Amino acid sequence: MARKRTKAGPAGAPVTTVVVMRLYIAGTAPNSVKAIANLHAICGRYLKDGYKLEIIDVCEHPRRALADGVLVTPSLAKVSPAPTSNVIGNLSDTGSVLAALGLPAGAIE
Amino acid sequence: MTAKKSANPRLLSKVATGIHGFDEISRGGLPLNRTSLVVGGPGTGKTVFALQTLVNAARQGRQPGIFVAFEEGTRAIFANAATFGWNLPALAKSALFFLDARLSPTVVQSGEFELSGMLAILEAKKRELGAAWIVFDGIDVLLALLQNPVAEIREIHCLRDWLAHADLTAIITAKMEGDTASPANYGFMQFMADCVIRLERRLEQGIALRRLEITKYRGSDFSPGEFPLSFGPQGIEVAAPGSAVTSQRASLERVSSGFGGLDSMLGGGVFRGTTTLITGAPGTSKTTLVGKFAESACRRGERTLFVSFDEGGERIRRNLTSVGIHLDGYAKSGLLRMYSGRTDAINPEEHLIRIAALLLEHQPRCMVIDPLSALAKSGAISSARAVGNRLIYQVRDHHITAFITSLVEGDDPQAEATQMQISTIADTWIHLSYLVRGGERNRALTIVKSRGTRHSNQVRELVLSAAGPALTEVYSSGGEVLMGTLRWEKEAEERARSLERQADFTQKRRELRFAEADIAARIAALQVDLDRARGELARYSSDDDAQRASSSERKSEALKMRGSDGAAAAVPSKRRGARVSAKSRKHNGDQAPRRGS
Repeated sequence: MARKRTKAGPAGAPVTTVVVMRLYIAGTAPNSVKAIANLHAICGRYLKDGYKLEIIDVCEHPRRALADGVLVTPSLAKVSPAPTSNVIGNLSDTGSVLAALGLPAGAIE
Repeated sequence: MTAKKSANPRLLSKVATGIHGFDEISRGGLPLNRTSLVVGGPGTGKTVFALQTLVNAARQGRQPGIFVAFEEGTRAIFANAATFGWNLPALAKSALFFLDARLSPTVVQSGEFELSGMLAILEAKKRELGAAWIVFDGIDVLLALLQNPVAEIREIHCLRDWLAHADLTAIITAKMEGDTASPANYGFMQFMADCVIRLERRLEQGIALRRLEITKYRGSDFSPGEFPLSFGPQGIEVAAPGSAVTSQRASLERVSSGFGGLDSMLGGGVFRGTTTLITGAPGTSKTTLVGKFAESACRRGERTLFVSFDEGGERIRRNLTSVGIHLDGYAKSGLLRMYSGRTDAINPEEHLIRIAALLLEHQPRCMVIDPLSALAKSGAISSARAVGNRLIYQVRDHHITAFITSLVEGDDPQAEATQMQISTIADTWIHLSYLVRGGERNRALTIVKSRGTRHSNQVRELVLSAAGPALTEVYSSGGEVLMGTLRWEKEAEERARSLERQADFTQKRRELRFAEADIAARIAALQVDLDRARGELARYSSDDDAQRASSSERKSEALKMRGSDGAAAAVPSKRRGARVSAKSRKHNGDQAPRRGS
């Protein structure tokens, strides 16, 4: 699976910050597939266009993963804004993902 | 990852771990390109076992390896291993790759995860490094995060599949505390491993004992049972027993015990490579005896190891100097190596392992252990006994001539048989005891047994002086053994008696000489008489011949006279013949035999 890149929305949008994330997955492993789906759902619902997601398949880019200190897949890394955070697992628990991404409590409906 | 190779059963070959003792009990090491599982509680040496194997493979076999640490950080691992002299930081630059696989405590978990990503990363690293080994240290930490036994088994499966095709010799370590809290997946993990090693640490009378056991080895023979394990200077060492069959060289060379007196009691010394046990109560000069042996060994230029328990080497040397035994010079030159162990600090097993390391390092020909019984002070007697036995067998395997002391309370040497039980395997057994008599306490030496040697049965007295210890004969009179002053008195008495006896002898000799001279003189006088008698006899025998001649003359004369011819000539012969005939008539009966004389 190649890199997927979802660009941020148009300029002038009310989103003040763009959340930059990386999702490390392992090919078509069940939890990796689930994680992609779960993350897309979360982003579509809570971040709208104010995010930047890079999906890295460690099977294809193991050195990159190693350099980034990733071992367990799926693994989500929030790169910016600070503070950075990491979530492992298939991201099925939306609440903990949102908390890790530092989204304001009001964002959760 | 498909099971393309699984239909092709490979023959089991093994790869040595380089861990002292383990390769012996596992009959060659871990299964090559297969998975071994090391389980045990905290502090049992799982990580060290795995790391040491990796280090040995990298150093000796030049095989790169990967170490995946789930529990400890790389820095902590380096720090812990620093005591073993492996130089991990240098190895980490070339042959070893350390992967810090701990999850940061700030990591949030949301749902299940899988190991396939990690395995893909490791696969890449393996190719890059050309690794032959891989260690997963503390896999239980990772599995615990799955929080789901089904998921755990699924991921272990995934790991096993990867390992089955990775051509890596793998060691997986997992915490398992005691027998009670074994992880749910333990049984399954055991199933996936071809070799399972269990490590244990337990307290026995306040002393920590570590044990190693191979509980499973697919397709291979191994030594069953628990084996003592300890941490030596180079890492883990397992106290493997020697080969089951004892094949020791039997030398006929005699080695001096250091005492001329004792050597002669033993028929010229002890045999090379044999073990001599010296038992005795406290203060019976056991150390002096073995010190003398060590000194004589050093004097011959033989490398010697002096193992002492609960007393420092320097103190022992000082004490021995007071009885004329000088070891300082040999200790400085390195010919003599001293190992002083404290029995309250570490358990007997660890002493054994350290001594075993010294045997290899110093390569001694002679050795002293003083006293072996000190091992029994810490821990259980059974383990001390086992250690003592193993130590002696090791010493013998190295063909080292050893003198070992053992403290026994009381006077009965047989007390040893119930304590350390070394006497049954010792080749020579010397017992030292006290004899209290006449207000004195004197040391007595007895040879209880000496295999293959005609030895003295006599008790000797051991006398200590500044000139050194010496053995003296004891006096046994009327069933009593005399020593010390009593012996001295007896000696003086004996001397006086001997002088007396000598005077008696001189007198008697003189008398006999007189008698001899007297008889000789008498014989001479008799000889003279005899000669005289013979001379006379000879003379008479010749007269007899003359007489016989004249008698025949006379006969013919008489015939003549009767025949009246030659009468004038017969007158003088008749006169002479008449005189002889009187005598000849007297000897008539035995005339014939006498003529021959």
